[in-house]
Amino acid sequence: MSADLVVVGAGVVGAACAYFATSAGLRVTVVERGGIAAGTSSAGEGNLLVSDKEPGPELDLALLSLRAWREDLGDHGGLWEYEQKGGLVVASSPEGAAALRSLAAAQRACGVEVAEVADPVDYEPNLAPGLAAGAHYPQDAQVQPMLAAAHLLRLARERGAEIRLRTEVTGFLRDGDQVTGVRTAHADISAGAVLNAAGTWAGEVAALAEVTVPVLPRRGFVLVTQPMPVGTIRHKVYAAEYVGNVASGDAELQTSPVVEGTRSGTILIGATRERVGFDRTVSPEALRRLAGQAAALFPVLRSVRVMRSYLGFRPYCPDHLPVIGPDPRAPGLWHACGHEGAGVGLSAGTGLLLAQALTGAPAALDLAPFAPARFEAAA
Amino acid sequence: MTPEPHDVAVVGAGPAGLGAAAEAAGAGLDVVLIDAGQRPGGQYWRHAEGGRGQHWKAYEGLSRRLGQVRRIPGTQVWLITRDQEGFTLRLTGHDPVTARAVILCPGGYDRQLPIPGWDLPGVMAAGGVQALLKEHGTAPGRRAVVAGTGPFLLPVAVALARAGVAVAAVAEANPVTGWLRDPFGALAAPSKSVEAVRYAAAMTARRVLYRTRTVITEIVGDGRAEAVRLRRADGTQEEIAADLVALGWGFTPSLELPIMLGAETRLDEDGSLVAVVDGSQRSTADGVYIAGEATGVGGAALALAEGRLAALTLAGSGKTARLRRAVRRGRRFAAAMRRACPVPAEWTAWLTESTVVCRCEEVPYGELRRACHDLGADDARAVKMLARPGMGWCQGRMCGFATAAIAARLNGRVATADDLRAFAARVPAFPVALEDLAEN
Repeated sequence: MSADLVVVGAGVVGAACAYFATSAGLRVTVVERGGIAAGTSSAGEGNLLVSDKEPGPELDLALLSLRAWREDLGDHGGLWEYEQKGGLVVASSPEGAAALRSLAAAQRACGVEVAEVADPVDYEPNLAPGLAAGAHYPQDAQVQPMLAAAHLLRLARERGAEIRLRTEVTGFLRDGDQVTGVRTAHADISAGAVLNAAGTWAGEVAALAEVTVPVLPRRGFVLVTQPMPVGTIRHKVYAAEYVGNVASGDAELQTSPVVEGTRSGTILIGATRERVGFDRTVSPEALRRLAGQAAALFPVLRSVRVMRSYLGFRPYCPDHLPVIGPDPRAPGLWHACGHEGAGVGLSAGTGLLLAQALTGAPAALDLAPFAPARFEAAA
Repeated sequence: MTPEPHDVAVVGAGPAGLGAAAEAAGAGLDVVLIDAGQRPGGQYWRHAEGGRGQHWKAYEGLSRRLGQVRRIPGTQVWLITRDQEGFTLRLTGHDPVTARAVILCPGGYDRQLPIPGWDLPGVMAAGGVQALLKEHGTAPGRRAVVAGTGPFLLPVAVALARAGVAVAAVAEANPVTGWLRDPFGALAAPSKSVEAVRYAAAMTARRVLYRTRTVITEIVGDGRAEAVRLRRADGTQEEIAADLVALGWGFTPSLELPIMLGAETRLDEDGSLVAVVDGSQRSTADGVYIAGEATGVGGAALALAEGRLAALTLAGSGKTARLRRAVRRGRRFAAAMRRACPVPAEWTAWLTESTVVCRCEEVPYGELRRACHDLGADDARAVKMLARPGMGWCQGRMCGFATAAIAARLNGRVATADDLRAFAARVPAFPVALEDLAEN
């Protein structure tokens, strides 16, 4: 059994990589220890955002990725409920407004479309009155992430990929240093290259090849309300402090309101961030803060019922950048992991870049900032 | 100032919860009893204001023993968490309650199968029909068919007849002699068998057609139920006119609270997910006792005994030997009953592409099939995420069991505990207003 590329992980990143690799002509086998998108991919909101990214390599990747979702994958957008709904960032204080203005200016210089908003209520009629300022990001979009992962895998399968669920990688086939395939509980699969797209569990997969990739879980809760009338909330709306929380390295619970509607009418309320390992215990404090902040931003939601909540573990690296590219410490091993809370949005660009690198095509973006061995250099 | 935690919080005031609360109070514990209903009694002792129900003396006896118990009726526990002193229970429309231990008696609800036509007006779950009759004494129909499986079909049919509804037929999917397939188990609770015989006699007296080994495969009607299609084991079919169809496929436990506290669950004989308990009603989570249907559907008498046993165990009573024996006997009988009344193995074959499986989100069977065959969903969790069954208002209470079975069947296997867990865990346990969540 052999393939040009074995992708480890059937989350949205693995699915996008499988899609772009098969489209580039590679023979791909995807192995996944659970079911499709059973990890972080099914525990987020499906955001495709540029608004929350500060200038730098991640913003460059986000812009490339948004283009890939819109253009390379544009024909399939309906399958995963692609909607370019736009993002609306609001600031409640003059200081927040000033910070938001300077962030927007810097983002604009990088190619982000952003318009300053004097009164955010013009964009979102149900917002609390009296917010200091806002910024509108028309490029921000959303997909249903499970559908995106499942359809990308289906499209890859139509292009010849083989998908093996319930198949855990137990080790790597090696020829000297060279990684030449994977061992699974069922069979060995030899491959020209192996891609580690195991998300929050990518560190464990890397360890099987005796290399370190410092991906750790950063827990987040999401509240889901009862279905609301269309138009209750039109954009992805969040507070300016969210950008700071995303970039923070704090282990303690951080919350900032992130509120948006979905195709099915439910309203999704995030976002919390805390480093507590893989603890799945419900945190009343996290739920309390999410509810309070969302109700403050949208008073109309006060009496709306929360039907469920869910939690997930973002795969984060200490420098908040994903790990993308070949691993010089174990030739033949590639990584596409550590996308933290942006994996759905960044998956398309990641898949595109990896397919280019694997086939020797010109790269749309320099992979150096995402280099797998960068943490060793720092240590 | 935070008030002192109670010794024990009993959640649910059906037979198990009343037994637990009465026994715990009798043992001198400081008890709080929390229940969704305005009047205690649960589904079994559900009654109209001032009315009386079955085995009423037992109910009155228990009620008399609740004198020292703090009662909080008409509220739902939407979140339960463990903290340093024990547990905090967050309630709808009421201040939180703290307790050093909990006895969870959440009961269960009707297990439903989405057969073609089940979403027509005039089709109800058997438990829902029974609840209407108990509370209001009337049923929304003139000519009824009661169908499904299990001993619960009998009291529903008899109650309908007593309320003046013509019961055209009772269709029991399994052979009734099967109830005695495990004679040791069945004999372990003779009073149950006697009860069944009494209902059978009442049905005979009212000339109710009682068909065994007969399944209901479809309900037909133009805009509302007009007739049912029955199929007997020999393959013969018949259509019977009815404007009220009561479907009873047994009950399935409410497990939100046990799962929230990390208690282990397992698959029971009847294919439902139930909480794991030991011979003294201790769950696998420290300080968490579970009694009644949540540990395996077994009826009111067993639930009552389990509730009492949980309380006495918690109180450290040395006098539990007889009760433990009674619970063991009751569980044997209940297990025999569950084995004898399985959901028909072939029921998923009755589904058509357009049969609605999830009524909240209006998801037809065809979309579940596509999630499995086209999109690679190989378990109930993935089906739920891709096709949205169980994502609506009831959070899978109605369609969870069926969706797990369908997802498994579409992948050529039977449902596992993991399939069912995808629908059993709910946080919050019940929908709660955002402002209440913000003030928890």
